[in-house]
Amino acid sequence: MDFLILNNGFPYLSVLIFLPLAGALALLFLPGDNTARWGALIVTCVTAIISLNLYSGFDPTTAKYQFGEHNAWFPALNICYTLGIDGISLLLVLLTTLLMPLCVLGSWKYIEKRVREFMICLLIMESSMLGVFMALDFVLFYILWEAMLIPMYLLIAIWGGPRKTYASIKFFLYTLAGSVMLLVAIIALYLKTGSFSIPNMMGKAYSVDFQYWVFLAFFLAFAIKVPMFPFHTWLPAAHVEAPTAGSVVLASVLLKMGTYGFLRFCLPITPVATYMFMPYILWLSVIGILYGGFTALAQQDMKKLVAYSSVGHMGFVTLGIFVLNKQGIEGAILQMINHGITTGALFLCVGMIYERTHSRELSKATGIGKYMPIYVTFLTFFSLSSLAFPGTNSFVGEFLILVGGFAKSIPVAACAIPGAVLAAAYMFRMLQKVVWGSERNPDQAWLKSMDLSVREIIILAPLLLFVLWIGLAPTPFLDVMHTSVTHLVAQVNVACLDSVRVVQVMGH
Amino acid sequence: MEIVSSLKPVYALMAALTGCILVMLNGKRPNVREGCSVAAAVIMFMIVASMVPTVLAGQKILCPLFKIVPGVSVTLRVDAMSMIFALVASFLWIITVFYSMGYMRGLNEHAQTRFNACFALALFGAIGVAFSDNLFTLYLFYEVVSVCTYPLVAHHQDEEGYAGARKYIVYLTTTAKGLVLPAMILIYVLTGTLDFADNIRTGILPATANGTLVTVLYICCLLGFAKNGVMPFHNWLPGAMVAPTPVSALLHAVAVVKVGVFCTTRVMLYVFGVDLMSVLHLGIGTAYFVSFTIVMASVIALSKDNLKARLAYSTVSQLSYIILGVALLTPTGIEGGLVHIANHAFSKITLFFCAGAIYVATHKKTISEMGGLGRTMPFTFGAFAIASLSMIGAPPVAGFVTKWKLLVGAMEMDAHYFGILLVLLASTLLNVGYFAPVTYKAFFGKRPEGEVYEGIKEAPLAMVIPLMIAAVISVIIGIYPDFMMGFVKAVMR
Repeated sequence: MDFLILNNGFPYLSVLIFLPLAGALALLFLPGDNTARWGALIVTCVTAIISLNLYSGFDPTTAKYQFGEHNAWFPALNICYTLGIDGISLLLVLLTTLLMPLCVLGSWKYIEKRVREFMICLLIMESSMLGVFMALDFVLFYILWEAMLIPMYLLIAIWGGPRKTYASIKFFLYTLAGSVMLLVAIIALYLKTGSFSIPNMMGKAYSVDFQYWVFLAFFLAFAIKVPMFPFHTWLPAAHVEAPTAGSVVLASVLLKMGTYGFLRFCLPITPVATYMFMPYILWLSVIGILYGGFTALAQQDMKKLVAYSSVGHMGFVTLGIFVLNKQGIEGAILQMINHGITTGALFLCVGMIYERTHSRELSKATGIGKYMPIYVTFLTFFSLSSLAFPGTNSFVGEFLILVGGFAKSIPVAACAIPGAVLAAAYMFRMLQKVVWGSERNPDQAWLKSMDLSVREIIILAPLLLFVLWIGLAPTPFLDVMHTSVTHLVAQVNVACLDSVRVVQVMGH
Repeated sequence: MEIVSSLKPVYALMAALTGCILVMLNGKRPNVREGCSVAAAVIMFMIVASMVPTVLAGQKILCPLFKIVPGVSVTLRVDAMSMIFALVASFLWIITVFYSMGYMRGLNEHAQTRFNACFALALFGAIGVAFSDNLFTLYLFYEVVSVCTYPLVAHHQDEEGYAGARKYIVYLTTTAKGLVLPAMILIYVLTGTLDFADNIRTGILPATANGTLVTVLYICCLLGFAKNGVMPFHNWLPGAMVAPTPVSALLHAVAVVKVGVFCTTRVMLYVFGVDLMSVLHLGIGTAYFVSFTIVMASVIALSKDNLKARLAYSTVSQLSYIILGVALLTPTGIEGGLVHIANHAFSKITLFFCAGAIYVATHKKTISEMGGLGRTMPFTFGAFAIASLSMIGAPPVAGFVTKWKLLVGAMEMDAHYFGILLVLLASTLLNVGYFAPVTYKAFFGKRPEGEVYEGIKEAPLAMVIPLMIAAVISVIIGIYPDFMMGFVKAVMR
């Protein structure tokens, strides 16, 4: 257990996982819509406050897993209940806990039927999402990974839009198909190592053939989740039909599971295969960036526009991960957080318009700048952040990713640059239409007295704070990941150098 | 160079930002609102001016604000080169506020609050560009200017306005993101820093850097800062002339286009450096490349009957003078280029102010309608005549100083200067060709058939006085160029 720093005091990680679950259980017995709303808000807020202790107690000088908890669970198969976080997962955990209260607030009025059930689903989601980022045992990881699917399916299928059945089933099938491959990989690894401990599987000298297949299985599972082109088609459907909070959770946290999987499993467990597949994945990322950009440019539906922009942004993240250097990976992790903040905020903004006009069509939302100045101010800042305007959070992430990219391969990075231009194009197009429109705007004067309420400002203001904070002073966020990322890059490089040596020896 | 740390550059930026906020808060009270604009402009100019002695004493003011990643930060610096641009921009803001008050009220324009707020924000960006200490800060404020001027260009909110504004934002952000951003990142990959060098010779790129790569980076920077109006990415500028005239005046003669030229020259001198540019023959290549713009834009200007369009193409041509001067890489050439930032600003703003005054007084836009109008509006057309002389480069107006320096600078070169001299000569003749007829027609030409000019008199004083001031200053800095040359000389040290 030398990879784990056990936490003998307050079991923060377990509390974070089980508190929302306990909240969900409690809501089962508490009737009333408002009780459910306030209950969920209190539970998520308490979880968020507890999670802040992780940041203050985190030791950024070690690459080991911290706040560790380790208990035997199913000794016959060597399955354990192991939790721990490192510099890669810390920020993702915090992103999840801090976003959830905003999701609850964002659904305050949006959800009118079955409020209690909705809040229960959200809380179960929170538990399992946090668990995925903390689990260090593969079986535990897999259970939580699958557990996310059901509440998410329900969120879309019950509270979704007109095509909710299609969207929810498509989402479920896609993700499940990927998960099955993940299970295969887990079992294969178990048969090799005799344990389900994730850190134990890293840095082992598996044969190249074995790595090759395990990598492909991992890749399919995570690429669907990210989603990488060409596995992305479930995403726009799910986003468009999901209720606002569902879209936020989906974009901000669920998509990060895929990229987190790459970092946690592909790179350290199958480094040689990662290295071999790297060029293909880099080009796939570039295609995703460009494809997402072009498709977003053509959308008439604001939610679809943001959804396709996600495909492009996540392309940047996978690009950063697979350049396999420190700047690229740090940029990718930061960009995961940034995308969570910015895209989450944009979905909330679209939701706020939907609550008023009951339409997501761009043409119905044109020219509201004059009547809802507070709203468009927020929308402008989040759009600028989305297009990586300098001084906002996404710029720092994209900058680091492209620094890593250019250091690795100038052609690949140069081909990603048009993606950055496209981001400006589709975001400015949306902004222009929403704020200004044209001479043929529909009459929006009735929105005059319907600018953002205090509740809505409370939802968006913290996100805006983070947009500018990360954009201008990212040091506190980057500092916690330095050691872990350096360790990860070293793991990959050492393994690759070894294998190159083996190949050379065998060749002679 | 001695470094002084001071918060004054931040105060200058805050003056503009606070001005913007106060303008928005006082939207319902036009007089208070305009008062806020004036106060912000005056305070900003005074803060900028208060740094003059420090800079002339050979010191550099540094003010680190935010650290992004190692080697990339938001840091402000005030040195001689920033001073040239900052003084001009902040001073012209003051007279433009008065002018636009006259113009906007004279025409009873809508959304004046938004207009004034965005104006302040644009100045915030322009001064930020002037005070940037590194490529990242420069890029940040460059983009701020692009975004904040969009509402100004689209001000009329009609089809034409939206089309012009779309063209504007598409040209500027595409080039910035598509060319400057990768160049900036590659420079960071090569050097590990984005901070500008301390002098104009060494640059920050290592001498061992691959020459082809450096050339590509250089081309990206030259074309990427498309606000500099270098062809082929100049087309946004004529398109942006749909904006109200005060916008065209300040932004498209001073703030926006000068931001582009300032960025280009800043990067040429402080990132690439004179030494590296000479070794790779980038200077002479640039000089001939922008020569095309100088000549072509003048030729196009000849064909324009719309006064503002003619001025726009004249701007495209004149901006390239600045780049040409710096690209000569000879001391006098660089002096001539940099001093033209100030010379062109005062003269061109006079011309635009005149165009606006004519429009407010007569609602005329085309030159062919202005025959004999000079006799009715002598002050406006008198100022126009003076500023035209400056554009042409006739003594004793400001433009003459530039032209003299450029010619001397070209002859200081070891070789290849003949072509440059030819270009300067040709462009001077072309300038005469498209400016002289305007003045001539106004004073000596016939009135158009059936036109009586009844009831037409000079535009309001709020417009005529600013344009007279700008014209007079054009003459003063032509007769007494030492003040601006003091800064230019300090750049060369």
